[in-house]
Amino acid sequence: MALQQIDQFAAKLRPDTRAAVYDGSKKGHEKRTAVLFDHYPDPDHLRRLAGNIKQHVVENLDTLLPAAAAALERNGVKVHWASTAEEANAAVLAIMQARGAKKMVKAKTMVSEETHLADYLGKNGVECVETDLGEFIIQIDGDHPSHIVKPIIHKNRREIATSFEKHGLGAYNDDPQTITRRARAHLRRKYLEADVGLTGANFVTADTGRLVLVTNEGNSRFCLAATKCHIAMVGIEKLLPRETDLGLYLNLLARSGTGQQLTVYTEFISGPRSPAQPDGPEEMHVIFVDNGRTEALASECREILRCIRCGACLNVCPVYRQASGHAYRSVYPGPVGAVLSPLLAGERFPELADLPKASSLCGACNEVCPVNIPIPDLLLRLRARGKEAGAKNAAAGTPPMGAWSLLATQPFAWRTSLTAGHTLNYVPKSLIPVPPMQTWLRDRTLPAWRGGAFRKWMKDRAKK
Amino acid sequence: MSSARDTLLARVKAALAPLPERAPLPDWERELVVMREARGAVDAWTLFSARLAGVNGTPLTSVAELIALLTKSDWRRGYCDPALWAELRPAFDAAGGFTVETTFDRARVDDYQFGITAAVGAIAETGTVVLSDAATSSRLAALAPWTHIAVLRRAQIHLDLPAAIAALPKDPNVVWCTGPSKTADVEGILIEGVHGPGIQVALLLG
Ligand code: SF4
Repeated sequence: MALQQIDQFAAKLRPDTRAAVYDGSKKGHEKRTAVLFDHYPDPDHLRRLAGNIKQHVVENLDTLLPAAAAALERNGVKVHWASTAEEANAAVLAIMQARGAKKMVKAKTMVSEETHLADYLGKNGVECVETDLGEFIIQIDGDHPSHIVKPIIHKNRREIATSFEKHGLGAYNDDPQTITRRARAHLRRKYLEADVGLTGANFVTADTGRLVLVTNEGNSRFCLAATKCHIAMVGIEKLLPRETDLGLYLNLLARSGTGQQLTVYTEFISGPRSPAQPDGPEEMHVIFVDNGRTEALASECREILRCIRCGACLNVCPVYRQASGHAYRSVYPGPVGAVLSPLLAGERFPELADLPKASSLCGACNEVCPVNIPIPDLLLRLRARGKEAGAKNAAAGTPPMGAWSLLATQPFAWRTSLTAGHTLNYVPKSLIPVPPMQTWLRDRTLPAWRGGAFRKWMKDRAKK
Repeated sequence: MSSARDTLLARVKAALAPLPERAPLPDWERELVVMREARGAVDAWTLFSARLAGVNGTPLTSVAELIALLTKSDWRRGYCDPALWAELRPAFDAAGGFTVETTFDRARVDDYQFGITAAVGAIAETGTVVLSDAATSSRLAALAPWTHIAVLRRAQIHLDLPAAIAALPKDPNVVWCTGPSKTADVEGILIEGVHGPGIQVALLLG
C-alpha cells in the first residue's frame, strides 16, 4: 500500500532535522503551557472567549471590513483591495512604481508568502530583502519556512554558517551570536537604502483603524523608522471589532506562540508619521487580501479564519513533530495548515486533499489553540470533501476496509471470526500476508488476540 | 480602485448570505487578562522594575546610575532628545568625556552608542516602556543605538496591559518595548540585540 505523501516525506527526513524540529516544537509547547497556567487561573476560559470574538469577526466581515477601511482612511491610510495573489502583488508593485522605488525591506508576513511576493518583485526589478533573521536566512538559501513562527526550526547553525560564508557574510563561523551580529550589520544598510518597508499585520482594529504588529527582533520597527513608504499586506480576517479586545489577544498570542508574556515589540500603527517626527513613512498603504479566504468563509470550515497564526498547534502536533513543516507542501504547515492550505488552494484542492488525513485526530491542536478552533472537526469535514471530490491522494494510505465491513454486518460470521482469531496467537506475526499489517508491525507489537472477551463479559454480567 | 473593493466585498457578502444567524459579539471584563502578580500590586514602579529585569531590561532611578552604566562600558557617544538634554546635561558635563548630539544623523547610525528619548508611558505587569511619535524625538535614535534609554515619569506607569490599551494615545506610531531586541531563530538559542537595542534601559526621573 502506498504511504501518504506526508509519511513519504517524513521517512526521508534527515535524523538531525527531525530531532531539531521535535525538540524545538516540544520546548515551545512546554513554555506555552507553563506560562499560561502560571499567569492565569483559567486560560481555557480566555481561549473560548477569544474564539467567540473571532467567530463574530468572521461572520460579520461584511460590515467590519468596510468599517475598518473607513477608520484607516480617516487616519490617512490609502486602502487597496486584492481578490487574488496576483492582484495583491500587482498592487504592491504599482505603489512602488508610482514612487519610482527600487528597493524594499520586508518584515515577516505570511500572506506575502502565500502570494510569493519577493519572487514577483525580483522578477520585476525590485530588490526585496527579508529582514526577520530566520526569513533572511531562508531567502539567501532559496529555502522555504517550515514553521509559521520559527521559520528555520529545521536548520542547524552549521548550515547557516555555511550559507553566510557562501553569500559573502564573513568567514565560516557557527556561533549564533556572531551570525546574529553579521545579519544586524548587513541588514542595517539595507533598511537605510530602502524606499519602502513592507509588513503584514497581526491585528487591525475595526473601530479605530490601528494595525498591530508583534515582533521580537525589531525588524519591522526598523522598516518603519528608516523608509519613506509603508505598505501593509493584510488578510481580510485579521480584524478585531474593538481596540479594547487587543488586551485579550496580545496576552494570548505571545504566550501561545513563544511562551513569552508579551513579545518584545508591539507596534500600533495608524497612519503616516506625525509631521514633527523626523523618521518614518510619509505615506502608508494597506492592501486587504482575499486570496481564497472568501471561499473558506463560504465553506463548512469557516472557523479556521479565526486563526491568529501563533504556531501553538504546530508545536503540540505529533505529526508535525515527526514530519516537519515542508512535508505539508504549502505555506501553512501543521494542523492549521492541514485545514487552511487545502481551503486556500481553490481549484488545486485535490492536490492537497491528503493533508486533512495527516492527523490522528488526537485533539491536542484544539486544546492549545488560543482561539479554540475545532481543528479535528474541520479535518473530518475536509476528509469528507476530499472523498466526494474523488481526490486520488486523499485515499492514499487508507487501509482496505472491505473485508472488515463484510464481517461487521454479518453477526454469525463476526462471532466465528472472533473465535477463529485466537489461532493468530499461535502464528508468528511476520507470516501475516497483509502488507499494511507488516508496515504497521515494523515499529509496533501487536497485542495478543482477545477476541470475544467483551461479549463474554457482557453475557456473564447479564447472568448476575 | 473602487471596483476591486466592490468585487471583494461582494464575495464576502455572498459567502455570508446563507448563514441563518451571525455569531454575537461577547463583552468581557478586563480583569480577566490581568495576570496574578499585577492583581493587588502595591507600587507600580516596583512591579515594573521587577518585570523589566525579568526580560533582561535595566531599570534605573537616577542620572548618576545611568552615567555609571555608560562609563562602565565606555559608551561615550550618543544622542539625546533636545528637550531632555536640558535636564540631563549638567550631570553629563560634570562627569565629563561624553559627546552627545541632539539631532540624529541617519548617515552615521552606527556612531551612536546610546540614544536617550522620552517615553509616553509604561506597563508595570509586563516591564514595557511605551514610545510614540509625539513623545519620542526620533524613531531611529530610539532603535539603532546599542543602548536605548527611555525616560519615564512615575505618573505615566499603567499597572496592567488592558489599562495601557485603554490609554493608547492618538498617535500614528505607538511602540511598546519590552526588554532588549531578541531572537531565538538559530537553534532556539536566545540572542539579544538583533536589529534594535541590545540594552533597554528605563530611567525613572520624577
Ligand atoms: S490554528 Fe490556533 S493554534 Fe494553530 S496557529 Fe492558528 S491560532 Fe495558533
